Amino acid sequence: MSTLTEAPPPLAPAPERKPPRRRGRLVPYWLLLPGILWLLVFFALPMVYQASTSVQTGSLEEGYQVTWHLATYWDALTEYWPQFLRSVLYAGCATVLCLILGYPLAYLIAFRAGRWRNVVLILVIAPFFTSFLIRTLAWKTILADGGPVVGALNSLGVLDVTNWLGLTAGDRVLATPLAVICGLTYNFLPFMILPLYASLERIDQRLHEAAGDLYATPFTTFRRVTFPLSMPGVVSGTLLTFIPASGDYVNADLLGSTDTRMIGNVIQTQFLRVLDYPTAAALSFILMAAILIMVTVYIRKAGTEDLV
Amino acid sequence: MTVVTWLRRHLVVLAGLFTLGYLLLPNVVVTLFSFNKPKGRFNYEWQQFSTDAWKDPCGVADLCGSLSLSLQIALWATIGATLLGTMIAFALVRYRFRARGAVNSLIFLPMAMPEVVMAASLLTLFLNLGAQLGFWTILIAHIMFCLSFVVVAVKARVMSMDPSLEQAAQDLYAGPVQTFLRVTLPIAAPGIAAGALLAFALSFDDFIITNFNAGSTVTFPMFVWGSAQRGTPVQINVIGTAMFVIAVLFVLAGMVIGNRRKRQKA
Repeated sequence: MSTLTEAPPPLAPAPERKPPRRRGRLVPYWLLLPGILWLLVFFALPMVYQASTSVQTGSLEEGYQVTWHLATYWDALTEYWPQFLRSVLYAGCATVLCLILGYPLAYLIAFRAGRWRNVVLILVIAPFFTSFLIRTLAWKTILADGGPVVGALNSLGVLDVTNWLGLTAGDRVLATPLAVICGLTYNFLPFMILPLYASLERIDQRLHEAAGDLYATPFTTFRRVTFPLSMPGVVSGTLLTFIPASGDYVNADLLGSTDTRMIGNVIQTQFLRVLDYPTAAALSFILMAAILIMVTVYIRKAGTEDLV
Repeated sequence: MTVVTWLRRHLVVLAGLFTLGYLLLPNVVVTLFSFNKPKGRFNYEWQQFSTDAWKDPCGVADLCGSLSLSLQIALWATIGATLLGTMIAFALVRYRFRARGAVNSLIFLPMAMPEVVMAASLLTLFLNLGAQLGFWTILIAHIMFCLSFVVVAVKARVMSMDPSLEQAAQDLYAGPVQTFLRVTLPIAAPGIAAGALLAFALSFDDFIITNFNAGSTVTFPMFVWGSAQRGTPVQINVIGTAMFVIAVLFVLAGMVIGNRRKRQKA
Protein backbone atom coordinates (compact mmCIF):
# COMPACT_ATOMS: atom_id res chain seq x y z
CA MET A 1 0.00 0.00 0.00
CA SER A 2 1.41 3.33 -0.91
CA THR A 3 1.78 5.94 1.75
CA LEU A 4 -0.07 8.32 -0.49
CA THR A 5 -3.45 6.71 0.02
CA GLU A 6 -2.95 6.66 3.76
CA ALA A 7 -2.08 10.31 3.95
CA PRO A 8 -4.71 12.40 5.67
CA PRO A 9 -7.12 14.04 3.27
CA PRO A 10 -5.88 17.41 2.12
CA LEU A 11 -7.33 20.41 3.86
CA ALA A 12 -10.56 21.56 2.34
CA PRO A 13 -9.86 24.30 -0.19
CA ALA A 14 -10.60 27.77 1.05
CA PRO A 15 -14.27 28.47 0.46
CA GLU A 16 -14.65 30.40 -2.73
CA ARG A 17 -17.04 33.28 -2.93
CA LYS A 18 -19.88 32.16 -5.10
CA PRO A 19 -20.23 34.34 -8.15
CA PRO A 20 -23.45 36.31 -7.78
CA ARG A 21 -26.27 34.58 -9.55
CA ARG A 22 -28.04 36.72 -12.08
CA ARG A 23 -31.45 35.87 -10.76
CA GLY A 24 -30.51 36.71 -7.15
CA ARG A 25 -28.90 40.05 -7.78
CA LEU A 26 -31.69 41.92 -6.05
CA VAL A 27 -31.83 39.59 -3.05
CA PRO A 28 -29.45 41.60 -0.79
CA TYR A 29 -31.41 44.77 -1.44
CA TRP A 30 -34.69 43.11 -0.48
CA LEU A 31 -33.05 41.75 2.67
CA LEU A 32 -31.70 45.17 3.60
CA LEU A 33 -34.75 47.20 2.67
CA PRO A 34 -37.03 46.93 5.73
CA GLY A 35 -34.33 47.29 8.39
CA ILE A 36 -32.43 50.06 6.64
CA LEU A 37 -35.66 51.91 5.92
CA TRP A 38 -36.51 51.66 9.63
CA LEU A 39 -33.15 53.12 10.62
CA LEU A 40 -33.37 55.86 7.98
CA VAL A 41 -36.84 56.97 9.03
CA PHE A 42 -36.51 56.58 12.81
CA PHE A 43 -32.80 57.25 13.33
CA ALA A 44 -31.37 59.37 10.49
CA LEU A 45 -34.43 61.45 9.64
CA PRO A 46 -34.96 62.50 13.28
CA MET A 47 -31.39 63.85 13.28
CA VAL A 48 -32.36 66.07 10.36
CA TYR A 49 -35.51 67.20 12.16
CA GLN A 50 -33.46 67.91 15.25
CA ALA A 51 -30.95 69.98 13.31
CA SER A 52 -33.82 71.93 11.80
CA THR A 53 -35.53 72.45 15.16
CA SER A 54 -32.31 73.83 16.64
CA VAL A 55 -32.35 76.77 14.22
CA GLN A 56 -36.03 77.58 14.61
CA THR A 57 -37.57 80.34 16.64
CA GLY A 58 -41.12 80.80 17.85
CA SER A 59 -43.25 79.59 20.69
CA LEU A 60 -45.39 76.60 21.48
CA GLU A 61 -48.60 78.58 20.91
CA GLU A 62 -47.66 80.30 17.67
CA GLY A 63 -45.57 77.52 16.21
CA TYR A 64 -41.96 77.42 15.14
CA GLN A 65 -40.28 78.66 11.98
CA VAL A 66 -36.80 78.04 10.60
CA THR A 67 -35.05 81.38 10.96
CA TRP A 68 -31.43 80.15 11.03
CA HIS A 69 -31.21 81.59 14.50
CA LEU A 70 -27.73 80.23 15.26
CA ALA A 71 -27.55 82.32 18.42
CA THR A 72 -29.44 79.47 20.10
CA TYR A 73 -26.24 77.45 19.94
CA TRP A 74 -24.19 80.26 21.41
CA ASP A 75 -26.72 80.90 24.18
CA ALA A 76 -26.98 77.20 24.97
CA LEU A 77 -23.21 76.85 25.21
CA THR A 78 -22.66 79.93 27.35
CA GLU A 79 -25.47 78.99 29.69
CA TYR A 80 -24.83 75.27 30.00
CA TRP A 81 -21.07 74.84 29.58
CA PRO A 82 -20.67 73.77 33.24
CA GLN A 83 -23.04 70.87 32.63
CA PHE A 84 -21.16 69.91 29.47
CA LEU A 85 -17.86 70.01 31.31
CA ARG A 86 -19.33 67.99 34.16
CA SER A 87 -20.64 65.33 31.78
CA VAL A 88 -17.21 64.86 30.22
CA LEU A 89 -15.50 64.84 33.63
CA TYR A 90 -17.91 62.42 35.31
CA ALA A 91 -18.06 60.12 32.30
CA GLY A 92 -14.26 60.25 32.02
CA CYS A 93 -13.78 59.40 35.70
CA ALA A 94 -16.33 56.59 35.46
CA THR A 95 -14.58 55.19 32.36
CA VAL A 96 -11.18 55.17 34.05
CA LEU A 97 -12.66 53.56 37.17
CA CYS A 98 -14.44 50.95 35.02
CA LEU A 99 -11.13 50.10 33.36
CA ILE A 100 -9.30 49.83 36.70
CA LEU A 101 -12.06 47.77 38.31
CA GLY A 102 -13.06 45.79 35.22
CA TYR A 103 -9.65 44.66 34.00
CA PRO A 104 -8.81 42.39 36.95
CA LEU A 105 -12.24 40.75 36.76
CA ALA A 106 -12.00 40.22 32.99
CA TYR A 107 -8.48 38.81 33.52
CA LEU A 108 -9.76 36.57 36.30
CA ILE A 109 -12.53 35.18 34.08
CA ALA A 110 -10.22 34.69 31.10
CA PHE A 111 -7.19 33.08 32.80
CA ARG A 112 -7.76 32.23 36.44
CA ALA A 113 -11.37 31.14 36.90
CA GLY A 114 -10.91 27.58 35.53
CA ARG A 115 -14.17 25.70 35.79
CA TRP A 116 -15.81 28.65 37.53
CA ARG A 117 -15.51 30.70 34.35
CA ASN A 118 -19.13 30.34 33.24
CA VAL A 119 -20.45 30.94 36.74
CA VAL A 120 -18.51 34.20 37.11
CA LEU A 121 -19.56 35.25 33.62
CA ILE A 122 -23.21 34.65 34.53
CA LEU A 123 -22.78 36.65 37.74
CA VAL A 124 -21.49 39.59 35.68
CA ILE A 125 -24.49 39.50 33.34
CA ALA A 126 -27.21 38.45 35.80
CA PRO A 127 -27.70 41.88 37.47
CA PHE A 128 -28.92 43.14 34.08
CA PHE A 129 -32.16 41.29 34.66
CA THR A 130 -33.08 43.50 37.59
CA SER A 131 -34.11 46.87 36.19
CA PHE A 132 -31.12 49.24 36.34
CA LEU A 133 -33.29 51.90 37.98
CA ILE A 134 -34.04 49.62 40.94
CA ARG A 135 -30.36 48.77 41.26
CA THR A 136 -29.37 52.43 41.08
CA LEU A 137 -31.88 53.22 43.83
CA ALA A 138 -30.19 50.54 45.95
CA TRP A 139 -27.09 52.77 45.97
CA LYS A 140 -29.14 55.28 47.95
CA THR A 141 -29.29 52.69 50.71
CA ILE A 142 -25.66 51.61 50.33
CA LEU A 143 -24.29 55.16 50.41
CA ALA A 144 -26.75 56.38 53.05
CA ASP A 145 -25.49 59.04 55.49
CA GLY A 146 -23.91 57.43 58.53
CA GLY A 147 -24.15 53.97 56.92
CA PRO A 148 -21.36 51.38 57.09
CA VAL A 149 -19.90 52.23 53.65
CA VAL A 150 -19.64 55.95 54.37
CA GLY A 151 -18.30 55.16 57.84
CA ALA A 152 -15.59 52.90 56.42
CA LEU A 153 -14.61 55.43 53.76
CA ASN A 154 -14.44 58.07 56.46
CA SER A 155 -12.20 56.09 58.81
CA LEU A 156 -9.94 55.01 55.94
CA GLY A 157 -9.41 58.67 55.10
CA VAL A 158 -10.87 58.30 51.61
CA LEU A 159 -13.41 61.03 52.26
CA ASP A 160 -10.65 63.46 53.23
CA VAL A 161 -9.08 62.93 49.83
CA THR A 162 -12.37 63.25 47.97
CA ASN A 163 -13.30 66.33 50.01
CA TRP A 164 -10.02 67.87 48.98
CA LEU A 165 -10.74 66.98 45.34
CA GLY A 166 -14.18 68.54 45.65
CA LEU A 167 -15.90 65.22 44.96
CA THR A 168 -17.63 65.06 48.32
CA ALA A 169 -18.64 67.57 50.96
CA GLY A 170 -18.33 66.92 54.68
CA ASP A 171 -19.09 63.34 55.67
CA ARG A 172 -21.76 62.81 53.02
CA VAL A 173 -21.43 60.77 49.86
CA LEU A 174 -25.03 60.89 48.63
CA ALA A 175 -25.90 63.98 46.56
CA THR A 176 -22.23 64.56 45.72
CA PRO A 177 -20.24 64.08 42.49
CA LEU A 178 -18.66 60.97 44.03
CA ALA A 179 -22.07 59.29 44.30
CA VAL A 180 -22.86 60.09 40.65
CA ILE A 181 -19.47 58.78 39.46
CA CYS A 182 -19.91 55.70 41.62
CA GLY A 183 -23.35 55.08 40.08
CA LEU A 184 -22.11 55.64 36.52
CA THR A 185 -19.17 53.29 37.13
CA TYR A 186 -21.51 50.65 38.51
CA ASN A 187 -24.04 50.94 35.69
CA PHE A 188 -21.57 50.68 32.81
CA LEU A 189 -19.02 48.28 34.34
CA PRO A 190 -20.35 45.20 32.48
CA PHE A 191 -19.95 47.09 29.18
CA MET A 192 -16.25 47.35 30.02
CA ILE A 193 -15.80 43.82 31.35
CA LEU A 194 -17.39 41.92 28.46
CA PRO A 195 -15.31 43.38 25.57
CA LEU A 196 -12.17 43.12 27.74
CA TYR A 197 -12.94 39.49 28.45
CA ALA A 198 -13.62 38.81 24.76
CA SER A 199 -10.21 40.17 23.72
CA LEU A 200 -8.31 38.58 26.64
CA GLU A 201 -9.87 35.20 25.97
CA ARG A 202 -8.46 35.21 22.43
CA ILE A 203 -4.87 35.54 23.66
CA ASP A 204 -2.82 32.39 23.19
CA GLN A 205 -1.71 31.23 26.67
CA ARG A 206 1.57 30.00 25.18
CA LEU A 207 2.59 33.64 24.69
CA HIS A 208 2.60 34.02 28.48
CA GLU A 209 4.78 30.94 28.83
CA ALA A 210 7.11 32.24 26.11
CA ALA A 211 7.45 35.55 27.90
CA GLY A 212 8.22 33.70 31.14
CA ASP A 213 10.80 31.54 29.35
CA LEU A 214 12.48 34.74 28.20
CA TYR A 215 12.84 35.83 31.84
CA ALA A 216 10.03 38.38 31.83
CA THR A 217 8.57 39.02 35.25
CA PRO A 218 4.79 38.62 35.51
CA PHE A 219 4.45 42.39 35.47
CA THR A 220 6.60 42.76 32.34
CA THR A 221 4.62 39.97 30.67
CA PHE A 222 1.46 41.90 31.41
CA ARG A 223 2.89 45.22 30.25
CA ARG A 224 4.54 44.00 27.06
CA VAL A 225 2.34 41.05 26.02
CA THR A 226 -1.09 40.83 27.63
CA PHE A 227 -2.08 44.47 27.75
CA PRO A 228 -1.09 45.36 24.14
CA LEU A 229 -2.96 42.29 22.88
CA SER A 230 -6.08 43.33 24.81
CA MET A 231 -6.11 46.81 23.24
CA PRO A 232 -9.16 46.12 21.01
CA GLY A 233 -11.11 45.26 24.17
CA VAL A 234 -9.82 48.34 25.98
CA VAL A 235 -10.84 50.59 23.08
CA SER A 236 -14.34 49.20 22.62
CA GLY A 237 -14.83 48.93 26.39
CA THR A 238 -13.93 52.57 27.00
CA LEU A 239 -16.20 53.67 24.14
CA LEU A 240 -19.10 51.53 25.36
CA THR A 241 -18.67 53.08 28.82
CA PHE A 242 -17.91 56.70 27.97
CA ILE A 243 -20.59 57.29 25.33
CA PRO A 244 -23.64 56.20 27.34
CA ALA A 245 -22.21 57.68 30.55
CA SER A 246 -21.76 61.13 28.99
CA GLY A 247 -25.43 61.27 27.96
CA ASP A 248 -26.82 59.69 31.11
CA TYR A 249 -29.09 61.66 33.41
CA VAL A 250 -30.46 58.88 35.60
CA ASN A 251 -27.50 58.63 37.99
CA ALA A 252 -27.13 62.40 38.31
CA ASP A 253 -30.82 62.67 39.08
CA LEU A 254 -31.20 59.77 41.53
CA LEU A 255 -27.85 59.94 43.34
CA GLY A 256 -26.80 63.56 42.82
CA SER A 257 -28.09 67.00 43.61
CA THR A 258 -28.77 70.18 41.64
CA ASP A 259 -25.00 70.79 41.71
CA THR A 260 -24.26 67.57 39.86
CA ARG A 261 -26.60 68.07 36.90
CA MET A 262 -25.15 66.72 33.68
CA ILE A 263 -25.99 67.70 30.11
CA GLY A 264 -28.49 64.85 29.86
CA ASN A 265 -30.45 66.37 32.74
CA VAL A 266 -30.57 69.73 30.94
CA ILE A 267 -31.72 68.20 27.64
CA GLN A 268 -34.37 66.19 29.44
CA THR A 269 -35.69 69.18 31.39
CA GLN A 270 -35.66 71.52 28.39
CA PHE A 271 -37.46 68.97 26.27
CA LEU A 272 -40.01 67.50 28.64
CA ARG A 273 -40.61 70.20 31.28
CA VAL A 274 -39.62 73.63 29.93
CA LEU A 275 -40.67 72.67 26.39
CA ASP A 276 -37.96 74.90 24.91
CA TYR A 277 -37.45 72.71 21.86
CA PRO A 278 -34.84 74.79 19.96
CA THR A 279 -32.48 74.99 22.96
CA ALA A 280 -32.94 71.29 23.75
CA ALA A 281 -32.31 70.35 20.12
CA ALA A 282 -29.21 72.56 19.96
CA LEU A 283 -27.82 71.01 23.16
CA SER A 284 -28.49 67.51 21.91
CA PHE A 285 -26.88 68.36 18.57
CA ILE A 286 -23.77 69.73 20.29
CA LEU A 287 -23.53 66.59 22.45
CA MET A 288 -23.84 64.38 19.37
CA ALA A 289 -21.19 66.33 17.47
CA ALA A 290 -18.83 66.34 20.46
CA ILE A 291 -19.19 62.57 20.92
CA LEU A 292 -18.70 61.81 17.23
CA ILE A 293 -15.57 63.97 17.05
CA MET A 294 -14.13 62.48 20.25
CA VAL A 295 -14.86 58.92 19.11
CA THR A 296 -13.30 59.48 15.69
CA VAL A 297 -10.14 61.02 17.12
CA TYR A 298 -9.91 58.30 19.77
CA ILE A 299 -10.31 55.45 17.28
CA ARG A 300 -7.68 57.04 15.00
CA LYS A 301 -5.25 57.35 17.92
CA ALA A 302 -5.94 53.89 19.29
CA GLY A 303 -5.63 52.47 15.80
CA THR A 304 -8.47 49.97 15.82
CA GLU A 305 -10.93 50.32 13.02
CA ASP A 306 -12.82 47.05 13.23
CA LEU A 307 -15.00 47.63 16.27
CA VAL A 308 -18.26 46.33 14.92
CA MET B 1 4.91 30.87 51.57
CA THR B 2 4.59 34.16 53.37
CA VAL B 3 1.47 36.26 53.45
CA VAL B 4 3.06 38.85 51.15
CA THR B 5 3.93 36.40 48.38
CA TRP B 6 0.48 34.83 48.66
CA LEU B 7 -1.08 38.28 48.33
CA ARG B 8 1.11 39.12 45.36
CA ARG B 9 0.29 35.89 43.61
CA HIS B 10 -3.42 36.30 44.13
CA LEU B 11 -3.69 40.05 43.72
CA VAL B 12 -5.58 39.74 40.42
CA VAL B 13 -8.04 37.27 41.90
CA LEU B 14 -8.66 39.46 44.94
CA ALA B 15 -9.14 42.59 42.82
CA GLY B 16 -11.46 40.68 40.48
CA LEU B 17 -13.53 39.40 43.38
CA PHE B 18 -13.76 42.92 44.78
CA THR B 19 -15.20 44.10 41.45
CA LEU B 20 -17.60 41.18 41.42
CA GLY B 21 -18.76 42.22 44.87
CA TYR B 22 -19.23 45.80 43.67
CA LEU B 23 -21.37 44.48 40.82
CA LEU B 24 -23.51 42.25 43.00
CA LEU B 25 -23.89 44.38 46.13
CA PRO B 26 -26.91 46.35 44.80
CA ASN B 27 -28.69 43.10 43.96
CA VAL B 28 -28.10 41.86 47.50
CA VAL B 29 -29.57 45.10 48.83
CA VAL B 30 -32.56 44.90 46.47
CA THR B 31 -33.28 41.34 47.61
CA LEU B 32 -32.83 42.17 51.30
CA PHE B 33 -35.10 45.20 51.11
CA SER B 34 -37.84 43.21 49.38
CA PHE B 35 -38.40 41.80 52.89
CA ASN B 36 -38.47 45.21 54.54
CA LYS B 37 -41.41 46.96 56.14
CA PRO B 38 -40.56 50.64 55.69
CA LYS B 39 -42.01 53.31 57.92
CA GLY B 40 -42.42 56.15 55.45
CA ARG B 41 -43.10 56.16 51.73
CA PHE B 42 -39.49 55.35 50.80
CA ASN B 43 -37.85 51.95 51.12
CA TYR B 44 -34.26 53.06 51.74
CA GLU B 45 -33.87 52.29 55.46
CA TRP B 46 -34.13 48.91 57.12
CA GLN B 47 -36.99 48.67 59.61
CA GLN B 48 -38.21 45.13 60.18
CA PHE B 49 -38.52 41.80 58.42
CA SER B 50 -41.79 41.20 56.62
CA THR B 51 -43.05 39.12 53.71
CA ASP B 52 -46.04 41.39 53.05
CA ALA B 53 -44.79 42.59 49.68
CA TRP B 54 -44.04 39.04 48.48
CA LYS B 55 -47.60 37.98 49.37
CA ASP B 56 -49.09 40.85 47.40
CA PRO B 57 -46.70 41.81 44.56
CA CYS B 58 -49.44 43.64 42.63
CA GLY B 59 -50.65 45.49 45.71
CA VAL B 60 -49.57 48.88 44.36
CA ALA B 61 -51.75 50.65 41.83
CA ASP B 62 -50.47 50.51 38.21
CA LEU B 63 -47.39 48.45 39.07
CA CYS B 64 -48.38 45.17 37.43
CA GLY B 65 -50.07 47.02 34.58
CA SER B 66 -46.81 48.75 33.75
CA LEU B 67 -44.95 45.45 34.08
CA SER B 68 -47.19 43.67 31.61
CA LEU B 69 -46.98 46.63 29.21
CA SER B 70 -43.18 46.47 29.37
CA LEU B 71 -43.24 42.72 28.71
CA GLN B 72 -45.55 43.19 25.72
CA ILE B 73 -43.41 45.95 24.23
CA ALA B 74 -40.23 43.94 24.82
CA LEU B 75 -41.79 40.90 23.12
CA TRP B 76 -42.91 42.78 20.00
CA ALA B 77 -39.70 44.81 19.84
CA THR B 78 -37.70 41.58 20.04
CA ILE B 79 -39.69 39.99 17.22
CA GLY B 80 -39.39 43.08 15.03
CA ALA B 81 -35.72 43.79 15.68
CA THR B 82 -34.70 40.12 15.35
CA LEU B 83 -36.50 39.74 12.02
CA LEU B 84 -35.14 42.95 10.48
CA GLY B 85 -31.68 42.54 12.04
CA THR B 86 -31.25 38.93 10.89
CA MET B 87 -32.14 39.89 7.33
CA ILE B 88 -29.55 42.70 7.36
CA ALA B 89 -26.91 40.41 8.88
CA PHE B 90 -27.40 37.80 6.15
CA ALA B 91 -27.25 40.46 3.45
CA LEU B 92 -24.02 41.87 4.90
CA VAL B 93 -22.24 38.52 5.18
CA ARG B 94 -23.53 36.67 2.15
CA TYR B 95 -23.89 39.23 -0.61
CA ARG B 96 -21.99 41.94 -2.36
CA PHE B 97 -23.91 45.14 -2.93
CA ARG B 98 -23.38 48.83 -3.34
CA ALA B 99 -23.23 51.29 -0.46
CA ARG B 100 -21.96 48.65 1.97
CA GLY B 101 -19.98 51.31 3.84
CA ALA B 102 -23.05 53.49 4.26
CA VAL B 103 -25.09 50.53 5.52
CA ASN B 104 -22.36 49.63 8.01
CA SER B 105 -22.23 53.16 9.40
CA LEU B 106 -26.01 53.36 9.62
CA ILE B 107 -25.89 50.22 11.79
CA PHE B 108 -22.91 51.35 13.87
CA LEU B 109 -24.13 54.89 14.61
CA PRO B 110 -27.13 54.05 16.83
CA MET B 111 -24.76 52.12 19.11
CA ALA B 112 -22.30 55.03 19.22
CA MET B 113 -24.90 57.65 20.06
CA PRO B 114 -25.86 58.68 23.60
CA GLU B 115 -29.39 57.51 24.23
CA VAL B 116 -30.58 60.97 25.12
CA VAL B 117 -29.66 62.26 21.63
CA MET B 118 -31.64 59.51 19.89
CA ALA B 119 -34.50 60.02 22.32
CA ALA B 120 -34.66 63.79 21.81
CA SER B 121 -34.37 63.66 18.03
CA LEU B 122 -36.98 60.94 17.69
CA LEU B 123 -39.35 63.01 19.80
CA THR B 124 -38.78 65.98 17.45
CA LEU B 125 -39.81 63.76 14.55
CA PHE B 126 -42.95 62.52 16.31
CA LEU B 127 -43.89 66.06 17.38
CA ASN B 128 -43.40 67.37 13.86
CA LEU B 129 -45.52 64.56 12.42
CA GLY B 130 -48.13 65.10 15.10
CA ALA B 131 -47.94 61.43 16.11
CA GLN B 132 -49.87 60.27 19.16
CA LEU B 133 -47.24 59.29 21.76
CA GLY B 134 -47.83 55.93 23.40
CA PHE B 135 -47.49 52.20 22.76
CA TRP B 136 -46.66 52.52 19.07
CA THR B 137 -44.08 55.28 19.39
CA ILE B 138 -42.35 53.31 22.17
CA LEU B 139 -42.36 50.16 20.03
CA ILE B 140 -40.96 52.02 17.00
CA ALA B 141 -38.16 53.48 19.13
CA HIS B 142 -37.31 50.13 20.73
CA ILE B 143 -37.09 48.29 17.40
CA MET B 144 -34.83 51.11 16.16
CA PHE B 145 -32.23 50.88 18.92
CA CYS B 146 -32.34 47.07 19.31
CA LEU B 147 -31.82 46.47 15.59
CA SER B 148 -28.07 47.19 15.49
CA PHE B 149 -27.32 44.86 18.39
CA VAL B 150 -29.18 42.00 16.68
CA VAL B 151 -27.22 42.63 13.46
CA VAL B 152 -23.90 42.41 15.34
CA ALA B 153 -24.85 39.21 17.18
CA VAL B 154 -26.20 37.39 14.09
CA LYS B 155 -23.39 38.62 11.83
CA ALA B 156 -20.75 37.13 14.12
CA ARG B 157 -22.41 33.72 13.95
CA VAL B 158 -23.14 33.70 10.21
CA MET B 159 -19.55 34.78 9.45
CA SER B 160 -18.13 31.77 11.28
CA MET B 161 -20.39 29.35 9.38
CA ASP B 162 -18.79 26.82 7.07
CA PRO B 163 -20.23 27.47 3.60
CA SER B 164 -19.40 23.94 2.48
CA LEU B 165 -22.31 22.67 4.59
CA GLU B 166 -24.75 24.55 2.42
CA GLN B 167 -22.97 23.38 -0.73
CA ALA B 168 -23.25 19.82 0.56
CA ALA B 169 -26.99 20.30 1.06
CA GLN B 170 -27.32 21.55 -2.49
CA ASP B 171 -25.25 18.64 -3.79
CA LEU B 172 -27.78 16.41 -2.08
CA TYR B 173 -30.51 18.03 -4.17
CA ALA B 174 -31.92 20.35 -1.53
CA GLY B 175 -33.59 23.41 -3.03
CA PRO B 176 -32.65 26.91 -1.85
CA VAL B 177 -35.61 27.09 0.53
CA GLN B 178 -34.95 23.64 1.95
CA THR B 179 -31.24 24.42 2.35
CA PHE B 180 -32.07 27.60 4.20
CA LEU B 181 -34.65 26.02 6.52
CA ARG B 182 -32.85 22.74 7.25
CA VAL B 183 -29.18 23.81 7.21
CA THR B 184 -28.58 27.57 7.32
CA LEU B 185 -31.21 28.54 9.88
CA PRO B 186 -30.38 25.82 12.45
CA ILE B 187 -26.68 26.73 12.32
CA ALA B 188 -27.40 30.46 12.62
CA ALA B 189 -29.94 29.86 15.41
CA PRO B 190 -27.60 30.45 18.40
CA GLY B 191 -26.61 33.84 16.97
CA ILE B 192 -30.22 34.76 16.33
CA ALA B 193 -31.18 33.62 19.84
CA ALA B 194 -28.38 35.68 21.38
CA GLY B 195 -29.50 38.72 19.40
CA ALA B 196 -33.12 38.21 20.41
CA LEU B 197 -32.23 37.84 24.11
CA LEU B 198 -30.16 40.99 23.97
CA ALA B 199 -32.99 42.87 22.24
CA PHE B 200 -35.46 41.68 24.87
CA ALA B 201 -33.23 42.76 27.76
CA LEU B 202 -32.45 46.13 26.16
CA SER B 203 -36.07 46.88 25.39
CA PHE B 204 -37.45 45.71 28.74
CA ASP B 205 -34.99 47.80 30.73
CA ASP B 206 -34.91 50.91 28.55
CA PHE B 207 -35.72 54.11 30.33
CA ILE B 208 -34.24 57.17 28.59
CA ILE B 209 -35.64 56.69 25.08
CA THR B 210 -38.96 55.48 26.48
CA ASN B 211 -39.24 58.42 28.84
CA PHE B 212 -39.03 60.84 25.91
CA ASN B 213 -41.39 59.03 23.57
CA ALA B 214 -44.02 57.49 25.85
CA GLY B 215 -46.41 60.41 26.34
CA SER B 216 -48.54 59.46 29.31
CA THR B 217 -48.00 55.71 28.86
CA VAL B 218 -46.13 54.16 31.81
CA THR B 219 -43.74 51.24 31.33
CA PHE B 220 -42.13 49.41 34.26
CA PRO B 221 -38.87 51.44 34.26
CA MET B 222 -40.97 54.61 34.08
CA PHE B 223 -43.02 53.40 37.03
CA VAL B 224 -39.82 52.91 39.04
CA TRP B 225 -38.60 56.37 38.00
CA GLY B 226 -41.88 57.92 39.10
CA SER B 227 -41.80 56.06 42.39
CA ALA B 228 -38.31 57.43 43.08
CA GLN B 229 -40.01 60.81 43.20
CA ARG B 230 -43.27 59.88 44.95
CA GLY B 231 -42.23 57.00 47.19
CA THR B 232 -40.77 53.56 46.47
CA PRO B 233 -43.07 50.64 47.25
CA VAL B 234 -41.41 47.43 48.47
CA GLN B 235 -43.10 45.66 45.56
CA ILE B 236 -40.60 47.00 43.01
CA ASN B 237 -37.87 45.19 44.97
CA VAL B 238 -39.96 42.02 44.89
CA ILE B 239 -40.26 42.23 41.11
CA GLY B 240 -36.57 43.09 40.69
CA THR B 241 -35.58 40.10 42.84
CA ALA B 242 -38.00 37.73 41.12
CA MET B 243 -36.70 38.68 37.66
CA PHE B 244 -33.12 38.14 38.80
CA VAL B 245 -33.91 34.71 40.23
CA ILE B 246 -35.94 33.63 37.19
CA ALA B 247 -33.15 34.71 34.82
CA VAL B 248 -30.46 32.87 36.79
CA LEU B 249 -32.62 29.72 36.97
CA PHE B 250 -33.17 29.86 33.19
CA VAL B 251 -29.44 30.14 32.56
CA LEU B 252 -28.61 27.33 34.99
CA ALA B 253 -31.25 25.09 33.38
CA GLY B 254 -29.75 25.85 29.98
CA MET B 255 -26.28 24.96 31.23
CA VAL B 256 -27.45 21.67 32.76
CA ILE B 257 -29.25 20.68 29.55
CA GLY B 258 -26.23 21.70 27.48
CA ASN B 259 -23.87 19.63 29.64
CA ARG B 260 -26.16 16.60 29.47
CA ARG B 261 -26.30 16.82 25.67
CA LYS B 262 -22.52 17.04 25.51
CA ARG B 263 -22.20 13.97 27.69
CA GLN B 264 -24.71 12.03 25.57
CA LYS B 265 -22.74 12.87 22.45
CA ALA B 266 -19.44 11.88 24.04
